[in-house]
Amino acid sequence: MVQTMSNAETVIGPLWALDQYPEFTVGDIVEVASRMPVGHYRVPQYLRGKPGEVTKVILPIAVDNEQEGYGRNAGSRRHYYRVRFRMAELWASYEGGALDQLYVEIFETWLARVAL
Amino acid sequence: MNQDHESDIAHLHAHGEPREGEESPPQFFELLEMAIRGLLVERGLIGANEIRRQIEVLDSRNPALGAAVVARAWVDPDFKERLLKDGRRACEDFGISFYDDTDLIVLENTDEVHNLIVCTLCSCYPRPVLGLPPDWYKLRPYRARAVREPRAVLKEFGTTIPDHVEIRVSDSTAVVRFLVLPKRPEGTEAWGESELASLVTRDTMIGVALPRVLNEEISQ
Repeated sequence: MVQTMSNAETVIGPLWALDQYPEFTVGDIVEVASRMPVGHYRVPQYLRGKPGEVTKVILPIAVDNEQEGYGRNAGSRRHYYRVRFRMAELWASYEGGALDQLYVEIFETWLARVAL
Repeated sequence: MNQDHESDIAHLHAHGEPREGEESPPQFFELLEMAIRGLLVERGLIGANEIRRQIEVLDSRNPALGAAVVARAWVDPDFKERLLKDGRRACEDFGISFYDDTDLIVLENTDEVHNLIVCTLCSCYPRPVLGLPPDWYKLRPYRARAVREPRAVLKEFGTTIPDHVEIRVSDSTAVVRFLVLPKRPEGTEAWGESELASLVTRDTMIGVALPRVLNEEISQ
């Protein structure tokens, strides 16, 4: 039941606890962590360390599947975000033009806000 | 684990490629699957019937389901709005059950944006509405190139997108699956829902092709 919100403030319903509140909102410029842990992680390597823009907060909050994958229950406190990247930013020799974008879902623990 | 896998490969090479009718020895991941399945059955957690049933559920899904969803969205603006807002719920309301925990975002192609879907990490695909992905979708050339040179990939499928249209590639990496809602072709204003559905192929819902009306179909 994916819902999306254009702004975290406009969600109607019971309030989130402080540690469940979406860390990022639409329009935030974020950077994907560049860590390279051993194991299978659902953040493609070509995006690590790259700057992108949050276009959606994906609801509901999700289980931390990277912990779950190793048998640890870290609960469901964090969100996935739909983040977009400019193709020209990802690939130095991109030939498709400046409009083209890549969209991907990234779990909150992999994102950091970029100071503008 | 890697060493085991490598020794499997070395073993295979030592014996050469298996000939037709000859069984090749199971490799690491096949053995792993057999072992886990065996343990689950042995402990009574699942049975052979349940495994077979789930395979039947998967086999009952095919691109005709997705095509029916697209055709409905083309003729019913309210349905389209619900589909774009919450893809999974709209499909469930339409009668397509979801047997897993994935969500669905439906991506609308417009005059300004052309969508393409890929899973660079494996083979994530909107299986509840399209069935199993085509082999090329799971292979490395498509997975690597779709995010790096999507326009060149599209051209190889016979699809040329003008430069003023944004290519929007969605890489399915987590809990969300994607379905492309293609643009309704011109000249189909008088068409019924089932005729429209016949234009919507699997490839148009992945985004590597555009629905096409053959001239004979228009003149009919």
